[in-house]
Amino acid sequence: MQKSLHLDPAKCTGCLQCEMACSYEKLGEFNPSRSLIKVFSFHFEGRFAPYTCTQCDEAWCQRACPVDAITLDMSTGAKIVIEDKCVGCKVCTISCPFGTVNYVQQTGKVAKCDLCGGDPQCAKACPTDAITFIDANATGYDRMKAYAEKSLPSAEASA
Amino acid sequence: MSIFNAIKRLFGMSDTPQNQTQKIVDTDIPEPKQASKSKLATETSIEKTEKEISTKINDDNKQSTETTEDSEYIDENIDSSTNTTIKSQKDKLEDSSLTTKDTKHYTTHHAIIGAGPCGVVAAETLRKENPTAEITLIGNENEPPYSRMAIPYLLINKIGEEGTHLRQSDHYQKQNINYLQQTVASVDANKNELVMADGSTLVYKKLLIAAGSHPIAPPIEGIDLPNVHSCWTLKDARQIASIAKEGSNVVLMGAGFIGCIILEALVKRGVKLSIIEMGSRMVPRMMDEKAGGLLEKWCIEKGVNVLTSTKITAIKESDGNMRVELDNGDKLVADLVISATGVKPNTAFLENSGIEVNDGITVNNKLQTNIENIYAAGDVAQGKDFSTGKYEVQAIQPTAVDHGRIAALNMSGKHVEHSGSLNMNVLDTLGLISHSFGLWMGVEGGDSVEIYNPDAYKYLNLRFGTDENADVLVGASTLGMTQHIGVLRGLIESKIHLKEWKEHLLVDPTRIMEAYLASTQELDNAV
Ligand SMILES: Cc1cc2nc3c(=O)[nH]c(=O)nc-3n(C[C@H](O)[C@H](O)[C@H](O)COP(=O)(O)OP(=O)(O)OC[C@H]3O[C@@H](n4cnc5c(N)ncnc54)[C@H](O)[C@@H]3O)c2cc1C
Ligand code: SF4
Repeated sequence: MQKSLHLDPAKCTGCLQCEMACSYEKLGEFNPSRSLIKVFSFHFEGRFAPYTCTQCDEAWCQRACPVDAITLDMSTGAKIVIEDKCVGCKVCTISCPFGTVNYVQQTGKVAKCDLCGGDPQCAKACPTDAITFIDANATGYDRMKAYAEKSLPSAEASA
Repeated sequence: MSIFNAIKRLFGMSDTPQNQTQKIVDTDIPEPKQASKSKLATETSIEKTEKEISTKINDDNKQSTETTEDSEYIDENIDSSTNTTIKSQKDKLEDSSLTTKDTKHYTTHHAIIGAGPCGVVAAETLRKENPTAEITLIGNENEPPYSRMAIPYLLINKIGEEGTHLRQSDHYQKQNINYLQQTVASVDANKNELVMADGSTLVYKKLLIAAGSHPIAPPIEGIDLPNVHSCWTLKDARQIASIAKEGSNVVLMGAGFIGCIILEALVKRGVKLSIIEMGSRMVPRMMDEKAGGLLEKWCIEKGVNVLTSTKITAIKESDGNMRVELDNGDKLVADLVISATGVKPNTAFLENSGIEVNDGITVNNKLQTNIENIYAAGDVAQGKDFSTGKYEVQAIQPTAVDHGRIAALNMSGKHVEHSGSLNMNVLDTLGLISHSFGLWMGVEGGDSVEIYNPDAYKYLNLRFGTDENADVLVGASTLGMTQHIGVLRGLIESKIHLKEWKEHLLVDPTRIMEAYLASTQELDNAV
């Protein structure tokens, strides 16, 4: 069974360890502004929500890419950006209805979560288990994810 | 892809729809080889198809075989530089897909006119749904299937030509999709037959028209001079690349979406660029006055000569020099004029076919034309717009790909309704990035909120609906933003009621991601 990232806002304290770990893994430096996982804060409620790509089945980003630069990593189920192929047209960034593919001006290409090849550093770094990497089926997370996807009309084409 | 399909695949079940809701209309999904072919042959009174197999191997080793067999196959159009092995040829013979080399009469189950992104995605979807059907993809450009959208990146050498090609060169062989380089001259819907420009014919069971659009040339004196080009095809791109050199004078006619997309590539090539736009601002169909104004200011600061509310009246050539005359009396010297004044669906070849054409080919919400076994998709089709519910030509890539997939699913006997494509664009103009989504210009009576910071080149405008949808996002436009943009699509398409988050957004419209998360996830207890 393939694993997926399970994000649990209720457990997040907003410590940003995940953003640090992600940027360190990807860039070799601590640069949370370029982390591929983001913690959103809801100050007035004192709440936080980590969020990144759910590796959704629809893969709107992959479908939209004009040069086949986004492919499926068969071993992890992640949709990954092939840097060499990406021309930076940004069509994937407007296609992803979850806002998790982002253009990086420094590289002229896009970046998205690739599950670190099956060993996501954000999950490792999270001290409260707000981010875990677990069997997708075990949690109902899959159902939640599917529900989010289904709420989008452009998804129903593959029903 | 649904979980249902995923499970089926896991268990090695076929992708052919089996549950009740996915009723198969076409009970005649062909069995491979003889069955469907003999049927076709008897159903139609075409001449006995010539039986020829012609397979060309690597140009390198100059091997080629021609045999006569019970079927026909073509592969000379697919870039033959790759691994065509004897084995794969044999496989093909056994698959006995249908097409011929240069013979006159073909038959196929699914014919697709147009090998752009729409046609390619349709062919792939058809293949996935119908593992054995004969699929013929017809393109009239002298290229492998490619993506126009990649042209600007070719012009700045970010990619080579192969980087524009759709899929690897052996993809179509592997998928058993026949790629036919022909121009379809006419469609005979009564005989289910396509007539090619060279007189060949192709009999189909189902037809998808994905013929795209073509640039329209404004009626201006000199528009047909040799150094006046559009920027629409790979051929155009090669010509532009050969003239637009460092320091050359280039005049770009039209600052619409396509004009602005190629603007950046031209500047990066080091040309001296002037851009002439009739309208009062740049990209008038994607930006309001404020955003368009900022974009213009940005371009001028970057050294581009931008002239809005200006018309080109004539292009004249004398002694090998081109001069572009403007309605304000000015004249511009030009080595190259690029015309980017809009596009129009390729429907001329459908005249007298009985297929209904309005602005584009008219289709229903299954992308079916007025003729039952003929579908239309992509730039050529007048498909449903998500925001307005109206049927109109959008001429953008994401819509072309969506159309292609949905049309192919319906052609495969699935009932899939197209609920409308969201009109959306992203533009990078010399580093200033802009977006528009849906009803970015707003709806009467709907609330809106904007951030306008001209000094920082930042703009964001969110538009909400009315009445019971007063808390639903219906459109947005941005300038100078790059993070989490796609969520604007998500918020608009899922018609999420933002409730109290609308008020938060009216205070701070940048918090779109928070609004989305708060509206779709339970933030305070575990799932
Ligand atoms: C420079 C450039 C940049 C672009 N950038 C963007 C962008 O950033 N974002 C975006 O959304 N869109 C962009 N577009 C538009 C996008 O490329 C089109 O919307 C898309 O190509 C439409 O796909 P399609 O398959 O419907 O048509 P096409 O790609 O036009 O393919 C149709 C094919 O059918 C062929 N054909 C036509 N008639 C016949 C016939 N009778 N017989 C055989 N073949 C025929 C045509 O020659 C063509 O090859 C850009 C376009 C250009 C030119
Ligand atoms: S930005 Fe890169 S990955 Fe995204 S659609 Fe364009 S080429 Fe593909």
